[in-house]
Amino acid sequence: MSLTTQAKKTQETAPRPRMGWLITDSISVSRRHLLKITRVPESLFFALIQPVMFVLLFAFIFGGAIDVGSGGATGYREYLIPGILAQTVMFAVAGITVGITEDASKGIMDRFRSLPMRPGAVLTGHTLASLLQNILVISILSITGLAVGWRIHNGFADAALAYLMFAVFAYAITWVGAWIGLHMPNSEVAGTAGLVWIFPVTFASNIFTPVATMPGWLQPFVLWNPVSCLALAARQLFGNPTPLLGDSFPERYPVELAFGYAFLLLAIFAPLAVRAFKTRNK
Amino acid sequence: MTLAIKATGLTKKFGDVVALNGIDIEVEEGTVLGLLGPNGSGKTTIVRILATLIQADSGSASVGGFNVATQQDDVRNVIGLTGQYAAVDEYLTGRENLELFGRLFHLSKFDAAKRAAELLDRFDLSDAADRGIKGYSGGMRRRLDLAASLIGRPNVLFLDEPTTGLDPRSRQGMWKVIEELVSEGTTVLLTTQYLEEADQLANRIVVLDHGNVIAKGTSNELKSQVGGDRIEIVVDRVSDLAKTAELINGIGSAPATIEEVTKTVLLPVSGGSKAIVDVVRKLDENNIVIADIALRRPTLDDVFLSLTGHITEATPTLDTPKGRRGRKARR
Repeated sequence: MSLTTQAKKTQETAPRPRMGWLITDSISVSRRHLLKITRVPESLFFALIQPVMFVLLFAFIFGGAIDVGSGGATGYREYLIPGILAQTVMFAVAGITVGITEDASKGIMDRFRSLPMRPGAVLTGHTLASLLQNILVISILSITGLAVGWRIHNGFADAALAYLMFAVFAYAITWVGAWIGLHMPNSEVAGTAGLVWIFPVTFASNIFTPVATMPGWLQPFVLWNPVSCLALAARQLFGNPTPLLGDSFPERYPVELAFGYAFLLLAIFAPLAVRAFKTRNK
Repeated sequence: MTLAIKATGLTKKFGDVVALNGIDIEVEEGTVLGLLGPNGSGKTTIVRILATLIQADSGSASVGGFNVATQQDDVRNVIGLTGQYAAVDEYLTGRENLELFGRLFHLSKFDAAKRAAELLDRFDLSDAADRGIKGYSGGMRRRLDLAASLIGRPNVLFLDEPTTGLDPRSRQGMWKVIEELVSEGTTVLLTTQYLEEADQLANRIVVLDHGNVIAKGTSNELKSQVGGDRIEIVVDRVSDLAKTAELINGIGSAPATIEEVTKTVLLPVSGGSKAIVDVVRKLDENNIVIADIALRRPTLDDVFLSLTGHITEATPTLDTPKGRRGRKARR
């Protein structure tokens, strides 16, 4: 059996890259990451435990002290779940930052780069795998929410739109994580840097408490924060309590704004990340 | 003759550090070029430029007839790369790794599986094929890594220190595989800091030091720069030195020289082992007591020393089956 001599290729140009390769290459790469999840199920387990713990903490411990204007304790749990879903989507970003940094500093990146694959597929594959994990976590969180008293009051179409919005936003925001990950020297630094911006962005929002309870100078930031828009839009679509501050633009069009933010993030950070990937270690 | 690799005037800086200072390289199709040099001499940088991983600051290079800067896809389609570290996914099995790389080479699902099985079999990894890489030994990882670089049936193979860190047996195994690939027509560019390895595998050798080519040629050409075989005779008594030299002068290809401090007589010879027998007989007949005698062939170590004035900085030791004599310090 010959290892190399069949099909000599010298002097013959490679088949022209096709757009379809970006898709098939991405699927191959994301399959790699999904296999990895099955090999290290602990990572998925802890990715699930954390938001579930937050649901229980806020539903039964902190929640009693927060007034969302209607429905008492049940009202707060209805308010809480869309917020927790938004929080989960945000915190998943830290995982991809570490994953990308770890990958980029390993020999396998050289292998990928020396293959005739689409370079961007290394990132699209990774972000797609992260999206699938996100969808699983969001599903399990929704079930947990139903168990503590959260309900979907509007129709199927609105609920489906809400979940689609979470998926699109989750996918877009992972590109920010990927972009950060490509600038980190090692996974230890990535572990800290990947989280440090997520905390203020996630918590300076309406996910746990209504905007009205916050100081006036902070309110505009909180109102326009993409995380707030995401949570508010989900509350509207699910028919959960939406204590509004007033009549500002982000409170009137949260769904449009959440999708808008998602596409904006994707349009900015996907090309930035692909560029960073191509130039890293050059 | 067709050149599989041609590089002209490659330069590369990393910050203020000059990694390559104008490198010219030519590798004929179907041959092995050994890039020899200590750590930091620029070997890996050359490989990374030729394998399209990084871009040179200036100069040009082509691999398989394609420009590495402007025809990256074409280059990647004809090359295979095995780096210093096993470039495989730790969490996947050997088979999953090879199938992944096959798919990324745009083989069909069926062909990727078939090619993976073929290569696993070829590299004695079939038994471990469905185990995670984490449980593989260093030698197995390297074999898998080499297998991965052969997925696309490359015409040009880059091997960046393929045996660094391997035990002597695994190293021999790698050498055998590389020799087979070459016999099938693959062009190989091999970097190594093991002089022995370049000697064994490479048709031609380029010696690098601090980003410069300091010598090139065949192993024999390089060795002839430091002279041919020599017999070294260490005598028991200093007073015997002159007489020894006089007695054996006729046997050598050039006059014998004397090193008084080490009580050594050096005789350049062409006859090799026959000459050593003649020397021993002659000295024995004349009752000269020999403390030590050896036939010494110049190694690439000698080449490196004579070219740079220093021995390879890493001075890795190789356990060789040939039991070559350890080198002696020279003044």
